[in-house]
Amino acid sequence: MAVFESRINPGSDDFARNRADMMALVGRLNEIKGRAARISERRRDRFEERGQLTPRERLARLLDPGMPFLELYGLANYLADTDDEPKSVPGASLITGIGFVAGVRCMIHVDDSGINAGAMTRSSGPKAMNCMDIAREKKLPYIHLVESAGANLMQYTVEGWAHGGGLFYRLGLLSAAGVPTFVVLHGPSTAGGAYMPGMSDYVIGIRGRGRAALGSAALVRAATGEIADEETLSGSEMHATTSGLVEYLAEDDTHGLLMMRELVGRLDWNKNCDAPAPKAVRPPKYSADELCGVVPVDYRRPYDVREVLARIVDGSDFSDFKPRYGSSTVCVQADIMGHACGIVGNNGPIDPSGATKVAQFLQLCDQAAIPVVFLHNITGYMVGTEYEHAGMIKHGSKMIQAVANIRVPKLAVHIGASFGAGNYGMCGLGFEPDFLFAWPNARTGVMGGQQAATTMTQVALQGAARKGAEVDMDTLKKQEARLVAHYDRQEDAFYTSGRLLDQGVIDPRDTRKVLGFALATCWEARHRKVQPNAFGVSRF
Amino acid sequence: MSTFRTLLIANRGEIAARVVRTARAQGYRTVAVHSEADAAAPHVKLADDAVLIGPGPVGDSYLRADRIIAAAKAAGADAVHPGYGFLSENADFADACADAGLVFVGPPASAIRAMGNKAAAKRLMIAAGVPCVPGYQDPDQSDASFVAAAERIGFPVMVKAAAGGGGRGMRLVHKSADLVNALATARSEAQNAFGSGELILEKAVVQPRHVEIQVFADAHGTVVHLGERDCSVQRRHQKVVEEAPCPVMTPDLRAAMGAAAVEAARAIGYRGAGTVEFLLDVSGEFYFLEMNTRLQVEHPVTELVTGLDLVALQLRVAEGRPLGFGQDDVTLTGHAIEVRLYAEDPATGFLPATGPVEMWEPATGPGVRIDAGIATGLDVSPFYDPMLAKVIAYGADREEARQRLIGALKRTHLFGTVTNKRFLIDVLSRDAFAEGKATTAFIAEQFTDADLAAAALPLARAAMAAVLLVEAEQDRALGRSLGMNAELLGWTNGEGLATRVVFEAGEARHDMFVHPAGQGSYRVATGSDELSVAVLSKDGIHARLTVDGRRHQVAFHSAAPGYVHIEEDGVAHALRNAVSFAAAAEAAAGGGRVTAPMPGLVREVLVEAGQTVATGARLLVLEAMKMQHEILAGIDGTVTEVLASAGKQVAAGDLLVEIEAAE
Repeated sequence: MAVFESRINPGSDDFARNRADMMALVGRLNEIKGRAARISERRRDRFEERGQLTPRERLARLLDPGMPFLELYGLANYLADTDDEPKSVPGASLITGIGFVAGVRCMIHVDDSGINAGAMTRSSGPKAMNCMDIAREKKLPYIHLVESAGANLMQYTVEGWAHGGGLFYRLGLLSAAGVPTFVVLHGPSTAGGAYMPGMSDYVIGIRGRGRAALGSAALVRAATGEIADEETLSGSEMHATTSGLVEYLAEDDTHGLLMMRELVGRLDWNKNCDAPAPKAVRPPKYSADELCGVVPVDYRRPYDVREVLARIVDGSDFSDFKPRYGSSTVCVQADIMGHACGIVGNNGPIDPSGATKVAQFLQLCDQAAIPVVFLHNITGYMVGTEYEHAGMIKHGSKMIQAVANIRVPKLAVHIGASFGAGNYGMCGLGFEPDFLFAWPNARTGVMGGQQAATTMTQVALQGAARKGAEVDMDTLKKQEARLVAHYDRQEDAFYTSGRLLDQGVIDPRDTRKVLGFALATCWEARHRKVQPNAFGVSRF
Repeated sequence: MSTFRTLLIANRGEIAARVVRTARAQGYRTVAVHSEADAAAPHVKLADDAVLIGPGPVGDSYLRADRIIAAAKAAGADAVHPGYGFLSENADFADACADAGLVFVGPPASAIRAMGNKAAAKRLMIAAGVPCVPGYQDPDQSDASFVAAAERIGFPVMVKAAAGGGGRGMRLVHKSADLVNALATARSEAQNAFGSGELILEKAVVQPRHVEIQVFADAHGTVVHLGERDCSVQRRHQKVVEEAPCPVMTPDLRAAMGAAAVEAARAIGYRGAGTVEFLLDVSGEFYFLEMNTRLQVEHPVTELVTGLDLVALQLRVAEGRPLGFGQDDVTLTGHAIEVRLYAEDPATGFLPATGPVEMWEPATGPGVRIDAGIATGLDVSPFYDPMLAKVIAYGADREEARQRLIGALKRTHLFGTVTNKRFLIDVLSRDAFAEGKATTAFIAEQFTDADLAAAALPLARAAMAAVLLVEAEQDRALGRSLGMNAELLGWTNGEGLATRVVFEAGEARHDMFVHPAGQGSYRVATGSDELSVAVLSKDGIHARLTVDGRRHQVAFHSAAPGYVHIEEDGVAHALRNAVSFAAAAEAAAGGGRVTAPMPGLVREVLVEAGQTVATGARLLVLEAMKMQHEILAGIDGTVTEVLASAGKQVAAGDLLVEIEAAE
């Protein structure tokens, strides 16, 4: 155990330049993330006219004041809705995350009905399904504040519809897993959307606003000629008195959310989970605020990942595991907010010693049942004859196999590069980390754009040489530029986050908090007893 | 000698607790009596034994002489201390105690009777040579006789209930034409309050001081006085501030008034503690008003300036032992002032308030004495006098006592029910009071409606309350959670989650968003302003904060989600976050739900279900503190339900009648 001695000079030019670069990216992150809120806020008058709260007011009112909220998939659908960067809106018309209601850690899903009346985007279903999966895995009661125009008929895709069934499938699984699901019906939920309340264990309906129907009045008229008014057809009051879909009838949004909070409180959900033993937690000796100055945004410039660790772990205090063996791969034992964990970082490509070190380290973490945190800054496994001879594939496979099979929580953060099989070895998306976030400077992909382009140029030159053909260097240059752009665009953290390839881009200075929150969530999941049943709870 | 070992205290609240303390210190075993409503009251917990004597209403408990005597027997008591109020001046009760073989810690029944009727008492005093206000106290109760007497005495005159006290049945009449009406109302009030409509008439002494002399007599012929108390600061004849000595007292005047009081006591064969009340006019003339044949509420100020324990002396005299000192041994040192802390709302004409005592924290400090009958977690019940505590301060001189008392009031915190605390601080702070110039007209002259209105809530204080409320709600959530690292409190990686807090206080409405800004720091945004609030420290109900860098020290308490009390510099606000609640649900039910504005007894119900009523129609009559309040319809509509019934006691906020609004 040793408190790390930082070599960083926060007064240096390097630090200032790094910080300026990173803060520019953080500024971009905040600008993009703020777009959805700004657009939604434009509809405030409409909400107020109808006596409603805005989606973000609903969220704030639902959550316990002052308790933390970990937003998930905040950039979902960014650049997936349009290639026009300034016009793209992140969030997929829903706000999701883990927060506290009456002291209970819950998964929250708020339809952002200020944007296109909450109509689904192509990423909305996948985003919600991912959250449902996390809720089931982490045993988090699922609370959905419903107000959605439903599927966007103008942007229909058959696969969107087909996969969309997964939402209701997952609600069924949650209920059967002993994880209760809740809906506050703030507005309409029509057609498929009607199964949102339908499949949820508890429904609170807002009188006069909440609606659920398989066919709206317009559709009913088109289909059967029946002229029905929306309220009689689908209103909360009807469902509370006649159909039996609504358990609790609320007078307005505020009332409904108050009932929701009471309802969660009445589950006494925390009775089935022991609280972790209280620990005195020391904050890092080095301020998290310095992280932006410690790390160069260009992954090609090396730095010691321990400088990052020192600004994340309790007391800046960690034990370096085998520091002189496979030294470009860093393994340490440390606490984050009182949670003991193993942490893997990179000070360069992974060599055979580094790979075997990590494989062993992961097995030790598994043996001791402590979670592992992977801080990706990896360009890949070493290549070249020497390394192939040394069994790089064999040793790398051991490491990847360990990552795949350890039974402890796995948390990953892309803090720089994450390329190729290095991404796999560091528990990339495909390895189902429990939580996965990215810094705004992160670059991920099979390889860097320049490397891909150069590789393809080499392939072309070799092919031409074999055939003895003339090489049009101009065409090659153009191809190279096209490839670099194609790769660069896709490796950008904002792009990948928009594609749901992580759970969000975070301000580097929040890393300790994100990890602390995530570790506590994993801890609760593993200590909570639930009472699963075979078919989920039915409404009779 | 009639020694006793076990003393039953036939009272409740602060006086019962106060008597128990001295009695125990003197080695007596103590027995409390209590109603069902008082089962957990401090006086019950304090005593060695306690006996339940009946339901909440006083007529079924504390006024039931038979039950109290039975309780004394059951608990093995051989003496009864009546406290003040209730049965303390009931001669029949004194007799009943004697008949039951119990020592009554008070004067002989004959002395009680002699002073019990004001008319008779006055005749007796005139005969004894005690100066009296010119007046009419004849058994002839005809209006004509009163009118003739009033003309003879000269206006203004005061009409009083012969059997009364405490301002009930009292009317000030300025001219002949008003007298007959005043007689009628006073007579009916007196009949209601005291069971006797007999009235007397007195010349109204204009702007007098109310000065009373504490007397003490033993069974061995010693009668002394313990100096005076000035109780001039009164509101509708109810004492608000009492002090000793009187600011304008001179040794000669004290000697003269003391001698008159001693003479009064001797004239009726008095024994024990008694108080002779006088009016003192600007010229130094004084007039006998009445004699209270019991321990007074305000006795502590006399204790503080004489160094005597009046309850201990009462017990000594009741045992037949001599007082043990004479007039020359009585010395007065320093100055003491007492105020009565009431559960009442100055802003609504001092309507009595009820409610839970969510937090009671009496001040401590040099020279501060607080006699209280309440405790955190109890209710201020509608059944009894709303006096919560007496706050008393002693000082080497009047100014020191006054400053200490203001400080003690500011450091005394009661949350859960409205009190007159700010009004008391205001009274003590007025120049006229500080200069010792307050007469009985002081409050009427000095206090405007604006002075009594609920305190305005400045934005900075609203912002602090909002922050403290948010932290209280966070603490509640934390308590229900499995624990949370402090670094994570108030944090989100999403857009800032602000808590909206709306406080409505009088005219003011503060609509605020509380944004966490790092541990213990907040930005509080309103439409136009943004304040930076930091919580520096919290210790129980006390918090230190800064608002835009300025330091504040407040007391606060949040007993339930959405509710917070905040008090700064003696000004308290009970606040409710309007957006925490289902506003629409309440509003929808609103107008047609008629609730009791105060605790009281339903006298009459004037409507029945199905009846159509117009706005302003009389629905029922509620009697509270002997005043009759008409409850009127707030909307046009049809009465759907009547939940109140005549003779039923209701609490403030109880639903009385429901009206369905007309279309």
